Amino acid sequence: MLKYTLKRLVNALVVLAIIATATWFLMQFLPGSPIQNAEKLTAEQEAQVEAQYNLDKPLPVQYALYMAGLARGDLGNSYLYAGKPVTDVIFERLPVSAFLGVQAILIGLVTGLSLGIISALKQNSILDSGAALLAVLGVSVPDFVIGPLAQYWLGLKLGIFPIAFFESWWHSVLPSLVLATSIAAVVATFTRTEMLEVLGQDYVTLAKSKGLSKLAVVVRHVLRNSMIPLVTILVPLTAALVTGTLIVETIFSIPGIGEQFVRSIFDSDYPVIMGTTLLFAVFFVASYLIQDVLYGVIDPRIRVAGHRA
Amino acid sequence: METSNRQITFTPELFEPVERSAEEVEKITGPPTSFWSDAWRRLKRNRIAVVAGGLILLVLALAVAGPWLTSYTPFEQVLERQYKTPSLSGFWFGTDQFGRGMFDRVWVGTRVSLYIAALVTIMDIGVGMSYGAISGYYGGKVDNIMQRIVEILVGIPILVVAVLTMLILEPGILSLSIAIGATGWTTSARLIRGQVLRLKEQEFFLASRSLGAGTFRLITKHLLPNVFYIVIITLMYTVPTAVFFEAFLSFIGLGIQPPNASLGALINDGAKQMQQFPHLLIYPAAVLVTITVCFRLLGDGLRDALDPRMRK
Repeated sequence: MLKYTLKRLVNALVVLAIIATATWFLMQFLPGSPIQNAEKLTAEQEAQVEAQYNLDKPLPVQYALYMAGLARGDLGNSYLYAGKPVTDVIFERLPVSAFLGVQAILIGLVTGLSLGIISALKQNSILDSGAALLAVLGVSVPDFVIGPLAQYWLGLKLGIFPIAFFESWWHSVLPSLVLATSIAAVVATFTRTEMLEVLGQDYVTLAKSKGLSKLAVVVRHVLRNSMIPLVTILVPLTAALVTGTLIVETIFSIPGIGEQFVRSIFDSDYPVIMGTTLLFAVFFVASYLIQDVLYGVIDPRIRVAGHRA
Repeated sequence: METSNRQITFTPELFEPVERSAEEVEKITGPPTSFWSDAWRRLKRNRIAVVAGGLILLVLALAVAGPWLTSYTPFEQVLERQYKTPSLSGFWFGTDQFGRGMFDRVWVGTRVSLYIAALVTIMDIGVGMSYGAISGYYGGKVDNIMQRIVEILVGIPILVVAVLTMLILEPGILSLSIAIGATGWTTSARLIRGQVLRLKEQEFFLASRSLGAGTFRLITKHLLPNVFYIVIITLMYTVPTAVFFEAFLSFIGLGIQPPNASLGALINDGAKQMQQFPHLLIYPAAVLVTITVCFRLLGDGLRDALDPRMRK
């Protein structure tokens, strides 16, 4: 198990190194430099700025400097915010996104679990079909459609929620709800499938025939056993969350990491784009790693096989 | 004979054997059902999938013929007729800030979105199918190396790849397809590899190989036809993903550039003016949702019809 975890960890680091290298090479093809956003400069000043960003050195040296910086946790400096370290730009905005993300996951988990449990217990009823329809819509309707519609109906027409900015907790509710839709949909579909499988098991029949109340059977036997494979949806959830923050923060003008990423693309602020890309990649790779290791812990059959099926 | 509850005693004399030749026993009386007609029958019984399929055909037809149904063109700018609200007699979907008819623009946008989705799907299947088949067929060292590569690719988020590719390439239909399709094929490659590994152990495969069939024939004649149904199911899920990512890239400004439009670009424009003119958002959004929902539902239906064991 330890060997397997270590192997996966090395694999993850290799993936991150490849992503970092690929991003760096891609950035060399792009137009734009730190000078573009500044006032007119003399040739001397331009050279000074280029030296500050190491742009005067040959490419291999630039690459080596960048990778060495990465190893120390230094992502370089922003082009736009004159000389501000990328790590500062990211960490100023990360808490807002993290708050939104955690709140969305909580809302999504609670809604998804309830919908999934109801569907499984009342299989093939109207409630089940309704929940299935909601789940399909939640997965299929993108956040950039739900977002504006929510702003329009809940914000403008009904006036319940503020439609933009991030000034109080109340401002965070609508964006979190929009983010939570796809999470809830994934969790609901998953919970239903898993619960139906567990409901057919012998030990559930036994628990029922022991005379346990319906609630006790569901909570103690069915729910507990269907929740174990919850890790399998860790990766799709991370993906939904990262894409979601980009869209939702832009729509609701929330000063988070996703809004910064989209803004940096428009401003050609490459060091920030690279830094944020790596941050997203770390999220993904970490969720893969955790998922794979948890698989082994939960299901010993995978541990013996030693690799993903 | 009495009809009361009297016990009947059965004696061998009461029975006579029906004589049937060995040939007759083996005779097939009903018409044979192939795998595909069987699947078609199962699919037809699934009402949701049939409705979804019908809606997809309708959207396809409108994407092709929609702009010809009106008297105006999607790019003609007429400032006198800005922001017309939808009406049955004038502009069915209203007009935008340049007086362009939204009905035409929505269907031209749908055409662009579906075109990109088709290109992505072809790439996905072409690369995924050959990669998976080769990896599974050769096994051993080749398979090991090819699977390590896939493992690395899977770790890279598709979103990041798409954004980076679009920063470098000129925004356009082909570059968008490449950006979206670049890592999408790994899922189908893995599915097909798994299936090929399983098929390789079966008797018909061994029989064909003993008869001297070469690698090319084995792969194209025996393996690929048997994994084809996986390809069809994957295709159904690739289309909504591609439409979604195209719309997402257009939404953050990296996609189709004006005056051209895709569904995502239209939704982005519409969202900005939604407060005064909700019709600019609602129509493209409705078409996008119809496409993604219907392909997913049809995909579920096809999965149940083609591979009943996968039914959830």
